[in-house]
Amino acid sequence: MLTNIIVNGLVSGGIYAVLAVGFSLIFGVAKILNMAHTAFYMLTAFLVFACTSLGGLSLPVALFIAIVATTILGMLCFRFLFDRIKHHETAVMIISVAVALLLQEILLLIFGGHYRGVPPFARGFLEVFGIRLAYQQLIAIAATGVILVGLWILLEKTRLGNSIRAVAQDREIANLMGINVSRIFLIVMGISVALAGLAGAVVAPLYVVGPTMWMQPLTIVLAAVVLGGLGSVGGCVLGALILGFVETIVVFTIPAGAFLQGTFSLGIMVLVLMVRPEGLFGVVFEEERL
Amino acid sequence: MIYFNLFFGWIKQEIFAIPGRVIALVFFLLLIALPLVTQDPFYLRVFTLALIFAIFAASWDVLSGFTGQLNLGHALFFGVSAYTAGLLNIHLQYSPWVTIPCGAVVAVSVGLFAGIPALRLRGFYLGLVTLTFPLILLGILFAFPNFTGGELGVSGISRVSSSAVVNYYTAMVVFTVSVMIMWKFTDAKSKLLRTGIILHAIREDEITARASGINTTYYKFMAFALSGFFAGIAGGLYVHYMRIAGPQTLDLFFSFQAILWTIFGGIATIYGPVAGVFILYPLLEFLNLTAWGELLRQIIFAVLLIVALMFMPEGITVWILDKIEVKCPRCKVVNVFYRKKCRACRAPLHLVRESEHQYNKGEV
Repeated sequence: MLTNIIVNGLVSGGIYAVLAVGFSLIFGVAKILNMAHTAFYMLTAFLVFACTSLGGLSLPVALFIAIVATTILGMLCFRFLFDRIKHHETAVMIISVAVALLLQEILLLIFGGHYRGVPPFARGFLEVFGIRLAYQQLIAIAATGVILVGLWILLEKTRLGNSIRAVAQDREIANLMGINVSRIFLIVMGISVALAGLAGAVVAPLYVVGPTMWMQPLTIVLAAVVLGGLGSVGGCVLGALILGFVETIVVFTIPAGAFLQGTFSLGIMVLVLMVRPEGLFGVVFEEERL
Repeated sequence: MIYFNLFFGWIKQEIFAIPGRVIALVFFLLLIALPLVTQDPFYLRVFTLALIFAIFAASWDVLSGFTGQLNLGHALFFGVSAYTAGLLNIHLQYSPWVTIPCGAVVAVSVGLFAGIPALRLRGFYLGLVTLTFPLILLGILFAFPNFTGGELGVSGISRVSSSAVVNYYTAMVVFTVSVMIMWKFTDAKSKLLRTGIILHAIREDEITARASGINTTYYKFMAFALSGFFAGIAGGLYVHYMRIAGPQTLDLFFSFQAILWTIFGGIATIYGPVAGVFILYPLLEFLNLTAWGELLRQIIFAVLLIVALMFMPEGITVWILDKIEVKCPRCKVVNVFYRKKCRACRAPLHLVRESEHQYNKGEV
């Protein structure tokens, strides 16, 4: 039971963390609340399914094609939709909802409403203390860990990461320092969608793939991002892990827990925000405080 | 006779001279005339639901458009009222005339509760917190299926009337009254109420509003309560029209629906959400009639929304009014676009370029 909770919590928490980091990144840098974020995650899962099960491609090729295609689509969306009307923030949000809806309906049209499964990357399981851990779960945990560390190195240790953080802090000053702000926006959108794609690729063999699979993670990702503090990458990783574990614990311990998993994690988020409105690690600027 | 002339003069000055008001008048007359033209249950159903959703969308606009308190979980008010009205009707056999106000009152109290985070949060933070409220409630509803009906919801609720036409006119009267109240409440130029301009002030700069001696907490709660009340009215009407209070009234996408309609129509204008609903909702329902439309309706909806927002990010009504109305630069009276001089003060409406001006005077 305990091992189950830990492994499942790490899997779902890790997936949420990768999604939440991408979501938080594009919000922190470009102030875009991208509701289509988990729709890109769904798209990658579907592309992996299409390439492996229907196209008969080998797994690495399928993963590569799926993630690259999703990233390019995300960047095109940014370039031709979000960037054009970036001054109307609510309109950008609505357009992202429309994009998510569009992706959902197109996938529904092509693949139908059935729930699909993708064969796991590695079959078999590992026995630890008499509990079976599927290799796929371990791969998922390792992959999310690698992705998050890689992202941290990118943001903290490279020149590009420096300029991304500079733009997030102050767009105008960054522009004056010679950083090409609109190019940074485009790159960040690419990174953000690529993260969603990676999460989708990891998730595809674990969960069922269906055209409405973007709704449930979206709310949890929003909650995780707010819990950790919008714009704080470390905070939203922690928020996502907390919510992932809460969900898993509720499912494993409380009867009818599957219905209440969302309620509990969202309730925790609301409680935290009542005490700390800026989230766990959020930064509050003096003029924004009431 | 003189009163008739005065009245006719007033109509001519205040309605016929302003294109936006002519459109509103025509729209209202068409609404009244609809059951006289067709009694087809399908059309009546589509437009009754459009009236109900228009109240819902307009109430979102009061809270988020005018007051700037971004609420991404507006279905909370609708759903709470829908379930309250439905359960009261099923278990206690109260008539719709009692349950709808009861539902609205419960929605107001929920609105006041949902307003608490707004004291400390703002912008997208507030939006994300409010987004979770209906989902939390949805989880609780699913966990107690005996009382709430779980996935299926509460069904078998009585209608306002057995006649579709009476239902339509009930919805229309409620719609007219609600929209009038919301419009007056949020109208910044109103001589009757100060609330409109205060809500605008809170949206634009809350700290300055406070510094000017406005009790912003009071007015924010007022906006939450009023918005919750009208969303609750819409929820009650919906439940007594559809005869089922289901979990879809609390759905995440239903919350977004109100925002989609409002942004499409034009945010921070009460007529915007009404126009948005009356354009988008019937369009989607009519697409449902054809085989290809049923398959592609959501895709058409999404593409239409994207294209509309790309070219009219402020909403379709704002864009159209901008094209057909010209405000006099001197006396701020609204004129039809084809007039050259203001109808009140004869000032030229369009700026003439210097070279053109000289050319007209014959100096060049």
